[in-house]
Parts: sequence; structure tokens; C-alpha cells
Amino acid sequence: MTLLTANGLHVSLGGRPVLNDPSFHVGEGEFVGLIGPNGAGKSTLLRAVLGLIEACGDIAISGQDATSMSARERARRIAYLPQEREIGWPVSVEMVVSLGRAPHRPAFAGLDAADRVRIEEAMRRMELQEFRHRVSTELSGGEKARVLIARALAQDAPLLLADEPTAGLDPSHQISLMRLFAELAGEGRGVVASLHDLSLAARWCTRLILLDKGAIVADGPPADVLTRERMRSVYGVEAYLGEAEGGLLVVPLDTAAATAVSEGE
Amino acid sequence: MKRVRPPFPMPNVCAVVTMAMLCAGLVGIAVPSQAGSPPRRVVSMNVCTDQLAMLLAGGGQLYSVSALAGDTESSVLADEAGRYVINHGLAEEVFLMSPDLVIAGTYTTRTTVDLLRRLGFRVEEFAPANSFADIGEHITRMGELLGRQEKAAALIAQMEARLAALRAQPASGKTVALYYANSYTSGAGTLVDETVKAAGLVNIADTLGMQGTSQLPLEMLVLENPDLVVTSHGEYARPALAEEGYVHPAFKALIAGRKVVDVPARYTICGAPFTLEAARIMHDAAASAGENR
Amino acid sequence: MSEIARYRLLLALLAAATLALFVLSLTVGPAAIAFADSMAALFGGEDAGPLALIMQEIRLPRAILGLMVGATLGLSGAVLQGYLRNPLAEPALLGVSATASLGAVIAIYTGFAAVFPLGLPLAALAGGAIAVVVVQAMAGARGGALTIILAGVAVSSFAAAMTSLALNLSPNPFAALEIMFWMLGSLADRSMTHVWLAAPFMVVGWAMLASIGRSLDTLTLGRDAAASMGVDLRRVQSLAVFGTAASVGAATAVAGAIGFVGLVVPHLLRPLVGARPSRLLPASALGGACVLLAADILVRLIAPGRDLKLGVLTAIVGAPFFLWLVYRTRRNLL
Repeated sequence: MTLLTANGLHVSLGGRPVLNDPSFHVGEGEFVGLIGPNGAGKSTLLRAVLGLIEACGDIAISGQDATSMSARERARRIAYLPQEREIGWPVSVEMVVSLGRAPHRPAFAGLDAADRVRIEEAMRRMELQEFRHRVSTELSGGEKARVLIARALAQDAPLLLADEPTAGLDPSHQISLMRLFAELAGEGRGVVASLHDLSLAARWCTRLILLDKGAIVADGPPADVLTRERMRSVYGVEAYLGEAEGGLLVVPLDTAAATAVSEGE
Repeated sequence: MKRVRPPFPMPNVCAVVTMAMLCAGLVGIAVPSQAGSPPRRVVSMNVCTDQLAMLLAGGGQLYSVSALAGDTESSVLADEAGRYVINHGLAEEVFLMSPDLVIAGTYTTRTTVDLLRRLGFRVEEFAPANSFADIGEHITRMGELLGRQEKAAALIAQMEARLAALRAQPASGKTVALYYANSYTSGAGTLVDETVKAAGLVNIADTLGMQGTSQLPLEMLVLENPDLVVTSHGEYARPALAEEGYVHPAFKALIAGRKVVDVPARYTICGAPFTLEAARIMHDAAASAGENR
Repeated sequence: MSEIARYRLLLALLAAATLALFVLSLTVGPAAIAFADSMAALFGGEDAGPLALIMQEIRLPRAILGLMVGATLGLSGAVLQGYLRNPLAEPALLGVSATASLGAVIAIYTGFAAVFPLGLPLAALAGGAIAVVVVQAMAGARGGALTIILAGVAVSSFAAAMTSLALNLSPNPFAALEIMFWMLGSLADRSMTHVWLAAPFMVVGWAMLASIGRSLDTLTLGRDAAASMGVDLRRVQSLAVFGTAASVGAATAVAGAIGFVGLVVPHLLRPLVGARPSRLLPASALGGACVLLAADILVRLIAPGRDLKLGVLTAIVGAPFFLWLVYRTRRNLL
């Protein structure tokens, strides 16, 4: 089943078009890596899908028109991990994770047994059981990121949108996180994550969407999307593309402009 | 636009402070009157000195009085004030009038008085009157300044005769609460307190040991249960929180079936012979209060 | 569930303290009345004499207003801090109190309130709402602490100046002297009339503010995250704005502007409730009531018969606290 379909999205911020007609869909079991240079519109695309900014175009969530959905209904279908790792108050780790259950609880009801199971499961997956009573604002950046990911997991939505979830994580936690997302996809959920580490994206994602200047340049399996030609035209870098340990390896070497200049001399 | 200074309906709201801070030395250092040549163009800048000057001045001697002198709320001689040029207590304005004597109250802005002195004008200051003795002294001094000693003596004799007549009447010993806007009252050492005593009444603020002008909490008023309540309702067209005390349910309950008399503020703002009118109003009200109860 | 148990214990203690201070407030006053007499007079009949009049018409409304105004300030402070995710937010600092004062001043001194009694709280409410909307608009969606506070300072100063102007222009000479009441607040000699005038607006405001507690929890993770978790930000904003405006507006209309209670109380109680915004709301309401009742008792004990303004006392304690808070959070301000 299609979890998300977006058709002809248009977004302008301050009179400047940021999204130019991208159309795509995300199905169950897919782990989509959203890649592209800075300012390509990755975050805007995710936020537009969630209805956080005004956008023209059609968005369907689990086959249902998004405009006819309440914020709570949407929250039960899509979990979102914003780029800013904001925790406004020195609350406990457990409290932050339990916030993920908010869309599932009636107005004034407390957490029920099912909620607790989800919260425990999310904390276990992010290896946070030890941190349960720690004050979340006193954690390191990477630990904080794991807490917020656990919160999104606790939301238990079929689709997860994550904006640069690996930023600031050490290699081990980056890989754990990618493995987790892949596992989620394996369970039949959908994951869309915007990423800057192309090797990581190539190795773990089932599909990549390459965004440039608000438009989709390529959409398909990692090996099809990541070519030296696109690295040059979209990212403006000369890159080494190779194969290692059964996965694609992308190593940017130099800026394309610098190479062009040195070649021209 | 008319510039209105607050008339301080209790004569001593600021007097206490002003007296403490300024009065002590200042009244004494005024330049002594030059005998033999009474001033011919006098400007008064304060509602109290305005009225004393109007009572005493000879024809054409007083040139200008303050704007407040024409306000019926604050001035007993408001009608008469229309005969004089009005000033607003500004140095520039007074300068252009080129007076040979300026009379100010100690309420008057210090900077204005200092400026006028620097400009070479003779400025005489009067402190607020806190007793009938003060009133007598002020009349005498004003008489000397204006060269109208005889008129002053006559005025004092007249006032003392009325005061003596009032005091000669048997004291009723009835209790009275002075309850002004913002729940202020006048205690010991104020002209109003002396006025109450002259009327043969007992001021509950005195009984409570209050000195000068201070606030009388509504619950003390209720607890003291006075025979007579004296208010000073302004007839101001516009509302202010100051009057909230008069609409409080507890105040209304207290005055239900009790004698309440309004003593217009103009009689007590300034100490003058007409202050005795306030004593007469209270005396008469207390007499009829006895009949009612 | 020791956390919940601790929270319930805290609420119980705060409620007990509020009750004790309420009773104490009833027994403090210039008239020395023995405790037993005062309680008898409080529950006595209509014709119980001057004691009953004092207890029922003077001290009871004062204590009730102390309770309600304090709860309003504590609750609205906690909500504004939670909504703006900023520990420096407070109704007075955001200009809500000053603009509500301005509204009330316009209603009273033009005589509008005399013709239409509900005009007073409604005008104060409108003033308060304008302040929150202006500050929010200035700060934008991601308003930083600095913008919010600067906007609040500007709105406050402007409203204070307009209040002074309105009072100076009033032909009633007393009006100009009443600037102090509107800037610093007082509960002296208020009556049941004031209670009945303010109560409906405060209760409606409280209900609006209390209803967004859980949304404030979610807002801990930022506006986008909260929206993605099903929080209707527009609804939360209008409830926060109008709930604050209604309750603080009504409180200001009858008691003047009282600062810093809404700042200090949530800050002191935050660590005790695990920083969870929704739990902070009831705790701050009770804490605010405690603080205001205590302050109102103190003004009567420190300077009996002088009508020491409540706001003076809350500022003496609150302003240094605010400076300390700015000092501590200054790194995050810029």
C-alpha cells in the first residue's frame, strides 16, 4: 500500500519558489533517502508533506487526501523528527519519549498499558533504558538525538519522516540508526530520511530521491541515482564511486569548479 | 488647554511632606517688607495666597491670581477671582506681568520660585496653615506685605470672635469620622482636626492616635462606628478610583440611617476665616444627628 | 509511580498552604479582632454588627481576590512560559498587565464602566489580548527570548505612557494620583462587587488555560514537532492568548497590575514537577495564590494603614530574581 503520495508540490518562501513541482510516493517497506545539496528543499519538502507550511499540490496519506485530515489523524499516520533537536524544559528522558503517545490518547486520559509497551519498546530500541530518569537537556547531542528518535518511534506511525537524523551522531550510532530504519522498513513501515552522508544513504536505503533546486532530479535505487555525472551537476563535486563490502561507496574528492579551473589552466 | 493642578482636597496631603522638606528655613529668609511703600502690582501663584490676598488687597493692588482661584471646587472666592488676570504658575508668564511682589505657596514648584528670585523679583512664600493660630499669623503677615495692616487686624478680630462664639457652645462630645476620597482622614496636628474640635466634636482619627493626614482603613471606620461621617465628595464630572470608598458595600451599610455630611473641600484646602464655615457645617450636622438617633 | 505520588503530594501541600494563608488573610487587618470572633462574624447573620460587616464585606472579598488574582498570575505565567518555551515570559513582562491596565483606565475614567459594568473587564481583556498578539507577532513563529522581551518592554512602556496620559487628561484631579494603583496594584478595600465582576472572566480564562496543558507538554519539543504530533497550534495560541487576556485582564481591572508573581512562581515550582509544563499549571496556580495572599498579608503587617502597594512588595522580591534569571540564561538570549 502507498503510505504517502505527493503530486506537484509548490512552495514559495518569501516570494522565492523553494519547491518546484516534485512528485513522489512512498510505499510500505521502503526506506527512502532524501538527498541533495544545501538549499535543495529537502526540509521544506518534509515540512510541506506534514502541512507545517503552506503548499500547493496534492498530498495523500495512506490513500486519503491530507487536507481532509485533522492534525491528530495525520499524527497517527506520520511521525516526524525535525532537524532542530529542541527540548525546551529539563524533563526526564522517559517523559520526552512518552510524548510520542500524545496523538493516541484521548483528551484527558493518562497512559494505558499499550502506551507503556510502545514507550518501553522505543526506549529499548534506542538503548535508553539506563537513561530513563536522566534529565534530557543535560545529555550530549548524540544522546539527545537518540531520545528524540525514540519519541518518534513511540508515536508508532506507519510512516516516519526524519530530517537529518544522523547529524551529530558518532559512526556507531549513525549505523545503528540506519539499521533501525531499515528494520522498520522491514517490518512494513515507510521511512523517509534526509541525509548528507551519501555512502550511508547508498548502503542502507532501498531508494534514493535526489532533490536539486526544489525539483526531483532522480528517484530510484541508490546505484541508479548516484552517478559521477550527477555528483558533478547537482553537488558540484568530483567524486569517487566505488564498491566496498557489498555496498556503494561515495567519496567526494574536490569541488567540480576547482577541478574545472585547474583543468583550464 | 486649562492646566489644573490637583487642589489636594485634604489641606495637608502634601503639606506634611512639603513642610518637612522645604518649609523649615524658607519662609523665614524672605526679603523683609519695605515699610512705607506698599507694592502696587502683586501676583499671587497659589490658591491659598490668592484668597488671602483677595480678602486683604486694596483697589488695583492685586494684579493676578492663579487659575485655581477661579475653580469653585477649590476656591471660596471663585467669583471674585474673575476680576483678576489669571496665571498658571509659570515663571515666564509672571515675568511678563512685571510685578513688584510675587506671593507663592510652599507648594509652588521650587524651580519656578528660584528662577523668579534669580530674575530679581521679590518672592514671598506662605506655608500651609495647620491651625487657627497659623491663619492669624498668615493674615497678619499678608497685611504687612500689602501694607493693609488695619484690614488684617479687623479680619482677625472678626475670625476670633466667631471662633470664640463657636467654642463657647457646650461640646456635644459626638464622634466624627472624616472620610475623604481615597479613604484619607485628618488626624492630630491638622487644621481640619482643629476645626472638628472647634465644632465641639471628637475626631476618631485622634482617638486612634493618627497624626497628620493618613489613610483610614475602611474596617477601622466600620469598627469605630462614629456618630457623624464627614465626606468631601468632589463634584467632579469625571469618575476616579478615589471615590471607590464611597460605593463600597461596607461603607453604604455603615452610613445607612446615619448622618453623613459633605464639607466642601474649598473650606478646608486653605486656612482662612472661611474655614470656620466648615466647623459650622459639622456642628449643625452633629446637632441634627442627635435628633435622628 | 513515585513521580505521580510526589506530584500529588506537592499539590496537596500547596493547597493546604493556600487554605492556611487564606484564613490568615481573613484575620489580618487594622481592626484587631480575635480569631474566634472573626470566624463567628464571618459566618454570622446579616445583623451581626460591625464585625460581620468587616469580615463579610471587607476582608472576605480581599482574601478571595488575593486567591483569584494570585492563581491567575501563577497559571498565566506558567502557560506563557510553556507556550513561548521561555522561562522569562510573564504577563507583566509581556505587557499584558500594562495594556490591561490601559483598557481598564479607559473604561473607568471615561465613565464607560459606570454605564456598562461589564465594560471594565471587557476593556481590560481587549487590552491584554492586544499585548499578547503584538508580542507574538513581533517575535514571529520562532521568536527568540530577546525579541519577546524587547517587544514586551516596548508594549509595556507604551501602555504605561498611555495610561499616564489618560489619567493626566482626566478632569478629575484625583485621577493623576491614581497612576500608582494601575502600575503597582493593590487589594485594599475591594468589595464583593469586584469579586463578582472579575470572577466569571477569570474562571473562563482559567478553563481555557488549563485545557492546553497537554499541548504545552508536546510543545517542549518545538512547534514543528508539536504540530507533527497532532497539536493544533492555532487553537493552542488562541486559547493561550485569550485565556491569559481574560484572566489577567479581569485581575488587573480589579487589582491593578501586579508584576513578577507569574515569573517567580512557575520558576520555583518547575523543578518540583519534573519540569513538565502540564503539571506546572495547577501547581503554579496554587503557588501564585499562596504568594499573592502572603504578599497581601505582609503589606498589611509591614505598613498598616498606609496602603503599601502590593506590586511594590512583589517587585522587591521579583525584580532581583528576574535579574538573576537573566544572568543565568544570558548565554541563550543572544
